[in-house]
Amino acid sequence: MNYIGTPISRVDGQAKVTGQAKYAGDVNVPGLVFGAVVTSTIAKGRIKSIDTSAALKVKGVLKVLTHKNRPALPKSDQAWKDDIAPGGSPFRPLYDDKVMFSGQPVALVLAEEWETARYAASLVHVEYAAKPHITDLQAAREKAFTLKKSKKPRGDAAKAFSSAEVRHEAEYFIPTEHHNPMELFASTAIPEKRGKLTVYDKTQGVQNVHRYLCSVFKKKKGDIRVMSPFMGGGFGSGLRPQYQVVLAVMGALTLKRPVRLMLTRQQMYGLGYRPASIERLQLGAQRDGTLHAITHEAIVVTSQFEEFSSSDTEWADRLYKSPNAKFVHKLARLDVPTSCDMRAPGATTGVYGLECAMDELAVALKLDPVELRLRCYSDKDQSVNLPYTSKNLRECYQQGAKAFGWEKRNPVPRSMRDGNELVGWGMATGVWEALQMPAAARIVLGANGHAEISCATSDIGTGTYTIMAQVAADALGLPIENIGIKLGDSTLPQSPVEGGSWMAASVSHAILGVADEVRKTLFDAAKKIKGSPLSGVKFEDVTLSDGKIVSKKDPARAMTIAHVMRERRLDRIEKEKLHKFKKDEKHARNTHSAIFAEVKIDEELGVIRVTRVVNAVAAGRILNTKTARSQIMGGVVWGIGMALHEETAYDHKFGRIMNANIAEYHMPVNADIHDIEVIFVDEPDEHINPLGIKGVGEIGIVGTAAAIANAVYHATGVRVRDLPITLDKLRR
Amino acid sequence: MIDFEYVRASDVADAVRQSAASTGAKFIAGGTNLIDLMKEDVEKPRRLIDISRLPLKQVEETAEGGVKIGALVPNSDLAYHSLIERRYPVLASAILAGASAQLRNMASIGGNLLQRTRCYYFYDAATPCNKREPGSGCPAIEGLNRMHAILGASEHCIATHPSDMCVALAILEARVHVAGPDGERVIPFPDFHRLPGDMPQTDTNLQPHEIVTAVEIPPQGFAKNYTYLKIRDRLSYAFALVSVAAGLEIEDGTIKEARFALGGVAHKPWRNRAAEDLLRGQAANAGNFQQAADILLREAKGYSHNRFKIDLARRTIVRALTQAARGTPQIQSDKKVR
Amino acid sequence: MAISIKVNGKTHEIDADPATPLLYILRDELALNGAKFGCGLGQCGACTVHVDGKPAFSCLLPLAAVGNREVTTIEGLASNGKLNALQQAFIDEQAAQCGYCIAGMVMRAEALLRVNPHPGEEEIRAHMQPNLCRCGTHMRILRAIKRAADRSTEIGVGHEERL
Repeated sequence: MNYIGTPISRVDGQAKVTGQAKYAGDVNVPGLVFGAVVTSTIAKGRIKSIDTSAALKVKGVLKVLTHKNRPALPKSDQAWKDDIAPGGSPFRPLYDDKVMFSGQPVALVLAEEWETARYAASLVHVEYAAKPHITDLQAAREKAFTLKKSKKPRGDAAKAFSSAEVRHEAEYFIPTEHHNPMELFASTAIPEKRGKLTVYDKTQGVQNVHRYLCSVFKKKKGDIRVMSPFMGGGFGSGLRPQYQVVLAVMGALTLKRPVRLMLTRQQMYGLGYRPASIERLQLGAQRDGTLHAITHEAIVVTSQFEEFSSSDTEWADRLYKSPNAKFVHKLARLDVPTSCDMRAPGATTGVYGLECAMDELAVALKLDPVELRLRCYSDKDQSVNLPYTSKNLRECYQQGAKAFGWEKRNPVPRSMRDGNELVGWGMATGVWEALQMPAAARIVLGANGHAEISCATSDIGTGTYTIMAQVAADALGLPIENIGIKLGDSTLPQSPVEGGSWMAASVSHAILGVADEVRKTLFDAAKKIKGSPLSGVKFEDVTLSDGKIVSKKDPARAMTIAHVMRERRLDRIEKEKLHKFKKDEKHARNTHSAIFAEVKIDEELGVIRVTRVVNAVAAGRILNTKTARSQIMGGVVWGIGMALHEETAYDHKFGRIMNANIAEYHMPVNADIHDIEVIFVDEPDEHINPLGIKGVGEIGIVGTAAAIANAVYHATGVRVRDLPITLDKLRR
Repeated sequence: MIDFEYVRASDVADAVRQSAASTGAKFIAGGTNLIDLMKEDVEKPRRLIDISRLPLKQVEETAEGGVKIGALVPNSDLAYHSLIERRYPVLASAILAGASAQLRNMASIGGNLLQRTRCYYFYDAATPCNKREPGSGCPAIEGLNRMHAILGASEHCIATHPSDMCVALAILEARVHVAGPDGERVIPFPDFHRLPGDMPQTDTNLQPHEIVTAVEIPPQGFAKNYTYLKIRDRLSYAFALVSVAAGLEIEDGTIKEARFALGGVAHKPWRNRAAEDLLRGQAANAGNFQQAADILLREAKGYSHNRFKIDLARRTIVRALTQAARGTPQIQSDKKVR
Repeated sequence: MAISIKVNGKTHEIDADPATPLLYILRDELALNGAKFGCGLGQCGACTVHVDGKPAFSCLLPLAAVGNREVTTIEGLASNGKLNALQQAFIDEQAAQCGYCIAGMVMRAEALLRVNPHPGEEEIRAHMQPNLCRCGTHMRILRAIKRAADRSTEIGVGHEERL
């Protein structure tokens, strides 16, 4: 193996720095029609009337589609369910006169120019019959419900809590956040011959969108092809098909012309989001720092029509030993779009609450926060009572603390200073799942020693193109320059949606699996050659390396791949295989991290700067230290944003998001980001999968906001539990 | 935003003439705020008069020893102009505290004066707003008002003026030169912007069809003891929660002249002569600065989400005056407050 | 109305509404898709191009206001297929992640290097401070610029926007 584990520069780098990478809204075709969406201004009610006459009079406007004149759409919920749809009745654009959230699409204007479409959209006049709405989680919390029967609690947490020597109980709040990828959601739908359709879409799953569109528009599998070669950031927002792809296809089918529909930044806030959540924690401990009771209850936002839910509460079972534990996850319905996955869904918010609570408990116990976590360290996932495939979290604490200089910390709040500024040091633990999914790959190996690898996965900026090339180059024994990658096309071999940090493991093993088939074919061919140096060698003993098929035991017994293919008149070897992971019911599988953060806070003014973050990660084998490091750094930046900046601001009177733009929805800019040190702790893993890969897309954010919040407390002595921590909250 | 006519003015008089000849005309220079508002359906001009090529791009010294800045000088050119850097560093600093380089390269000085508020409700045509649609109401008063005014607001509008540059121009006692159908006139800076009162739709005292041609600054530049201190929710690229432009003249430890203005707290940059007068003849120390701040903020009124701004403004004034007195102005690229 | 603009050294006659933002012309008429649409409101920076060497938001610049000024887009940086120092550094430092903000970042940074070929770390930080990137690749962008600055031997062309 030569490429796996090395910091290869991303193979799509050149395309991206020269402007050649084509995103879904970059597709130019002759006769392109431009769409613009009109969205609802009320949060709940009915459309009384839509007057499109003024819009239709604008020169260049071709059509205005509404629920009144749209083409036929299926009735059943089932027809609208995508691969990862939660329970409930999925949203369908322009379906009927019901308004279920502010920012809901109510009309689609199609015109020859984009400016024309946008202008005409502003002339569409909609009359509504509004009904009372609710968009405030605090106001809806009493009506929250549990989705499924909660898991049986372990022991009696309430009783153990009440008899614990040291207790901490508090409520933490995380507001709604939006993904805000830099690329706007866009789709270009192009009618082809014989009723077929090619759709360029911003998505994290071309096959998910493909199945969905076939179902919604009653098309045969071969009639629609969905492409997404590049994606300008997803973070979960593109896991489910978004309404613009339905509208673009609707437009293209209606006009029989290609249609491009790009949402505006404001309209992006009418899509999914990280739901606001209330995290209630109760921790009961003995003086020695052992936990006896953990209760974690979450109340999380969903829509009136679907029940999106991700696990906020059970992370404590993976991290901290406690004989008594109770976890409750509730949903509260609001008149908003359905919430969705956003970078480490559930863990980001749940672990924020848990890790701040642990910090508060450490203060109450007068224990160093790292020490408290070591005293409660769990070698098992208590929810399933299983050991881990690997868990090197101890090493994360150790290496992280050392790199940060944690031993120099004075535990007393407000005790550390730098001029005008109070200095705070805080830490937290991160945890995420190490998931893997069935995936297929195809290899086409040419006699010239070049191979093309394909899979319908997406590269959402994470580096999938690059790690696929690395794994394939190693598995085929070819230089990486000889590897071509095709992805983001629904006609390619099966792939799950790209998310949950499962893609690296899934696609890598799919490539390994099919590379084995290629090796087998080459081996069979090689043996048939007269005087083959491999005759008598067993298949298990040959490998592909340096462009050769070679005996592992005796490297002198080898033939070049080119020679074998020439001799056997093979101009290409093409193999495709679906890879499924072996079931392992004996282990739990997680990634872990320890985050250490330094903040400096102007004592008088409250201006907060995050001056240093060390994130030590144990995530099995790292395929590419460069792309993986970027993932963790990105996660840390998101954690900084979550801690200090991000909040989707609703005016509950209007049920409307008021900062629906990226000047006023604050996320970190360059000035907010200082030193971020990423440490990958060595974590060999023999159980999880042959390559020992766990995935790194989510783990970087988990715990980061808590580490910063804990640092803010250490600096100021003020505990802010509701995010984001803005300077005014330090003076309450 | 396409239903308008686009014309180019050949000179200032032509611009005024073209404006007067139509209803609903707007001048466009850098376009950074106007195009943005047109895309949001907030501004719907019938005619755009392109003034970007008028000869108003000079920065020149005046006979009295000040400078006169053409209305079309890009913000960035002004911030880096040697005269400004040397003699009016508070102005350079304030400009650099705002927006982003791309915007500053495009935006004109005149346009900066005429920026509209960044109030959420003003920008969202789906909600009422007295500034956008007189008489429709001001939802900010009961709604999201974290960024809003604590001084000089009215029951009709609590929006703030978003400019950083204007806060510095306020303490420099700039004069705005304008040309209109009735000829040219000069407006003292305090009279240029207005408070919302019962006409929040009107931001300035410009008369119909008047065009800003230049901004003139008197000689006194406080080049030695000044600062522009901006406090915001992230460390760059955000509007001010509170900002302070301060300039002092100090002789032998005694304040000879003091000026300070607040940004982000009112419909216009906020000064108070009584607060400044109090400092004259006093020692430059925190106690005196505190007293001056208290006078300026005496009338301050907070709303549900922005009460913190009163105390924050007080602290920021004290820090800014301290920075100015020490001669350690805030460097805009340094995110540590000095 | 036919309007003539000069982009990456070539003159184009464009038949469009004079108020059409330059960005739409670049993307939809000239097939220069490097500059991206990220907000249309001058907030995100993804549409940044150079106008007479200075970075500007092409989404807010009306076609008619371009005049005879030279527009340079990211497609105009490489010469004869060879990447310039900054582009190469962005690859080497893995500054491009999803890639959507990158054209804007490169053009913004390029403007700095043309004025000040060897900026220090603080100057780079100051110059790039308001830029938005959602992948969180900020530190890598700064390092890429530093790398290009250390390598670059170009001579500055005088004062321009420094911050």
